[in-house]
Amino acid sequence: MGVTYSGGKNTMSEIFGHFTKQGDAPAYLLINFLPNMLSIQQRWRNNGLSADFLADYWTSFFPGDDAASQHRQAEIRDAVSYIANELLENAMKFSYDMSKYPVSIGLYLFADEVRFYVTNSIESQCCGRLQNFIRELLSDDPDEMYLRQLERNAAEDRSGHLGFLTMLSDYETQLAWKFDPLLAHPEIVTVTTMVRLPTE
Amino acid sequence: MEVRGEDYHVAYDLETATISCSGTLRLRGAEGYVPIVRLLDKVADQQPELITLHLKGLRFLNSSGINALSKFVINVRNQKHSRLVIRGTKDFPWQGKSLKNLKRLMPDMRLELE
Repeated sequence: MGVTYSGGKNTMSEIFGHFTKQGDAPAYLLINFLPNMLSIQQRWRNNGLSADFLADYWTSFFPGDDAASQHRQAEIRDAVSYIANELLENAMKFSYDMSKYPVSIGLYLFADEVRFYVTNSIESQCCGRLQNFIRELLSDDPDEMYLRQLERNAAEDRSGHLGFLTMLSDYETQLAWKFDPLLAHPEIVTVTTMVRLPTE
Repeated sequence: MEVRGEDYHVAYDLETATISCSGTLRLRGAEGYVPIVRLLDKVADQQPELITLHLKGLRFLNSSGINALSKFVINVRNQKHSRLVIRGTKDFPWQGKSLKNLKRLMPDMRLELE
């Protein structure tokens, strides 16, 4: 099933958190994927490859000339790799494969932060569950919620919901989301996740 | 006991009751970690007096892997038989950020980052 998306976006975006547009970043890097040819299992390792590439790319912008800046460079590299990998894992896991809508990840450099923007499609009927989780994330204490989730996952023998929680709890990020229904394809919604990682 | 993958190695040394994890662990969801969780469960069930979790060679761990290690820590805590030491490194910044939460799950666990 091929679908053309040009001009199909509804203007009625739904925003969660403090979502800001990319703006005039002095540097950015964008990668677009159309990964559906392979099964999610076959392409899983590509998440890590892309995350490491993104992380290595940005080290040039944070040169390690002395011990302090080397430490900062290692911290930023590690954080970018972790966050990009988690965002890509989520995007691959929840993308609506039938839509043939690409997954994109963009990293934008600002004076005191790096901003991640990841966009993927999801099935409209899955929106409610994700939005409920987002509301909980934005209103609760992330550290407490994280511990509760770890206990719950251990008790119920499952994993999940930890990617965003670790970003908030361990990396002091800010998260926001934008949902855009596609007018021409009401069964598809695109979701853009924004992550602000402080670099100062 | 050991589990080996393309980019990682997890092994248990019975004599020293030490679990060593090295490489990059970015497996897919709870399902991907089943063999490793099985190894960790076996160690917890043996209830050694002191278990050492050696992570100095673990360059990267995704959130599903954090989930697997948390499950192990909770398991050891709930069994109330073994003490637990986690040895990590400051060379991989994620360890300083993520491993402290394991201590929150089991406050009398020892966390050593060198």
